[in-house]
Amino acid sequence: MLVFGFMAVLPGDPARVALGVNASDEAVAELRRQFGLDRPLPTQYVDWLGGLLRGDLGTSYVSKAAIGPQVFDRLQVTLLLVVAGMLIALVLAVPAGTVMAARHRRLSGVALSALSQVGVAVPAFLAGILLIMVFAVKLGWLPANGWTPPAVDPVQFLRQLVLPALSLGLVQGAVLTRYVRSAVLDVLREDYLRTARAKGLRPFPALWRHGLRNAAVPVVTVLGLQLATLLIGAVVVERVFVIPGLGSLLLDGVSQRDLILVQDVVMVLVVAVLLVNFLVDLLYVALDPRLRTGSR
Amino acid sequence: MTPDVLTVQGLNVSVRDTQLVSDVDLTVGPGERVGLIGESGSGKSLTALSILGLLPDDVVPSGSVRLTGIDHDLIGADERALSRIRGRDLAMVFQEPMTALNPTMRIGDQIAESMLIHHTQPTRTAARAAAADLLDRVQLPADLLRAYPHQLSGGQRQRIVLAIALANDPALLICDEPTTALDVTVQALVLDLIVQGVLARSSALLFITHDLAVVATVCERVLVMYGGRVVESGPVHEVFTNPRHRYTQGLLAASNLEAAAPASGRTNLQAGTASRPRLTTIPGTVPAAGHFPSGCVFRNRCTHATDLCATTPAWSGTPTTGYACHHPAGASHA
Repeated sequence: MLVFGFMAVLPGDPARVALGVNASDEAVAELRRQFGLDRPLPTQYVDWLGGLLRGDLGTSYVSKAAIGPQVFDRLQVTLLLVVAGMLIALVLAVPAGTVMAARHRRLSGVALSALSQVGVAVPAFLAGILLIMVFAVKLGWLPANGWTPPAVDPVQFLRQLVLPALSLGLVQGAVLTRYVRSAVLDVLREDYLRTARAKGLRPFPALWRHGLRNAAVPVVTVLGLQLATLLIGAVVVERVFVIPGLGSLLLDGVSQRDLILVQDVVMVLVVAVLLVNFLVDLLYVALDPRLRTGSR
Repeated sequence: MTPDVLTVQGLNVSVRDTQLVSDVDLTVGPGERVGLIGESGSGKSLTALSILGLLPDDVVPSGSVRLTGIDHDLIGADERALSRIRGRDLAMVFQEPMTALNPTMRIGDQIAESMLIHHTQPTRTAARAAAADLLDRVQLPADLLRAYPHQLSGGQRQRIVLAIALANDPALLICDEPTTALDVTVQALVLDLIVQGVLARSSALLFITHDLAVVATVCERVLVMYGGRVVESGPVHEVFTNPRHRYTQGLLAASNLEAAAPASGRTNLQAGTASRPRLTTIPGTVPAAGHFPSGCVFRNRCTHATDLCATTPAWSGTPTTGYACHHPAGASHA
């Protein structure tokens, strides 16, 4: 409803934009009737919503093509990018955050901590541009942009995925590192870790066996929230790296006043975030037996 | 005479410039049950954690801690050597049962783990069977093996912690206020299980508490700590019926041992303070760490203190039975 409302009050007539500035008023009015834009807003809304429920995302005002297949094509690209970014973030953050917590009194921990603080401050697109400058322009190791589906050429797919995924993952990883650090610091103070040490486990195995799963609960919360941030980051990063993902589709839609396309993309993103939050809740239950009810 | 299981000599514990435990000597014989009593902040728990080598990072021990069968000093030993001893020769039960167990691991795995770490059981299956047996010894049903800690009460959890501590038949079991956080109704059961546990394994016991009645029921010998020092030690009935240090005397006067004291002690306690209409308190409060007076640490709260007490009182008596007081009870007074 919110998505729809915002789109409706946005300036710019889609029919006018579609036909160009020289089109006659009659032609514009005719097109508006075709798109159903002359009907009252509530009717348009119900119509759109009904379509969504039936899995029909409507027809683009600009290309006159069905939006559904287009959105799902693009969604796959964005999902691959976001998942790769998330994996990079996790691979960075879990060891780094754990080391930072375990050595929070020593120089190595403090240095890592400062480094992650810098990472938090860098936006994803800037990281992307810097990565392009270093690895694509200066060193020429990796392509600066483009996208190849993994089914077509897996190697090229990976080469083109590295830089955009890194620019997403590095920044998110830096943020996540802060949370992993504080979660592990909390766990280190727990009595059960002392019990584990008293059993004869050395500090690192004790943390590994008894600490990480407990520290994972707050980290998973942040991970869920971060996925929303990552989707937004992907919109920008897709632009920087010229990737045909949902983000580029969204930006194209906005610039062409293709309202129904924008509505659909935002809707898909919202559903994705909701789904992720649902998965996070399931993950909690898997991680923490205290959340399972009904057991003895 | 067999050598002592635990020998602590000249133990000091300090954090930065503040000395928290000073010059503690302590021995526990094979199968002996020794109590360590004192108010909060007297250094009891720090002494225990120094023996185990589990002090927080910035707290530094010095002195000597020797354990029977271990050919090196535990103070200053590296983590690898200490972790081989912990849980096998030396085990500990902590004060707070509610948080002492990992909330995300099944009880059975937590018990079995201590045997698997030290390879006292060859396989996971054997360790699990041994864990079931240990549960039985602490009078808990074997189906709790699959339970998680949050499904258990405090008393049940403390029995699990005890089962973990006893899993490898340690030479010495240290209990730090194991029943303080429990309901009175389950305290007696847990105490009984601790005593049964060490008796069955002929393990020695170092039992830390502020509860004199508990010491009287569990221990044979007692050390009284105050201000990070051992101020008096001796057999329980001796110390409780005929305290020499003024702090011990105050502690006894502030406790009601009628229910727990041995029969011989009751008359003596009553004789010492007439008809004992009500319990007394020790004037003042325990100073913050590092703010104990020089000389005798108790002199700012002691009604018998004189100028002499500004010098540290020497230890009178044998290493295991004696006191450190310039004006001992039973000599100048009673």
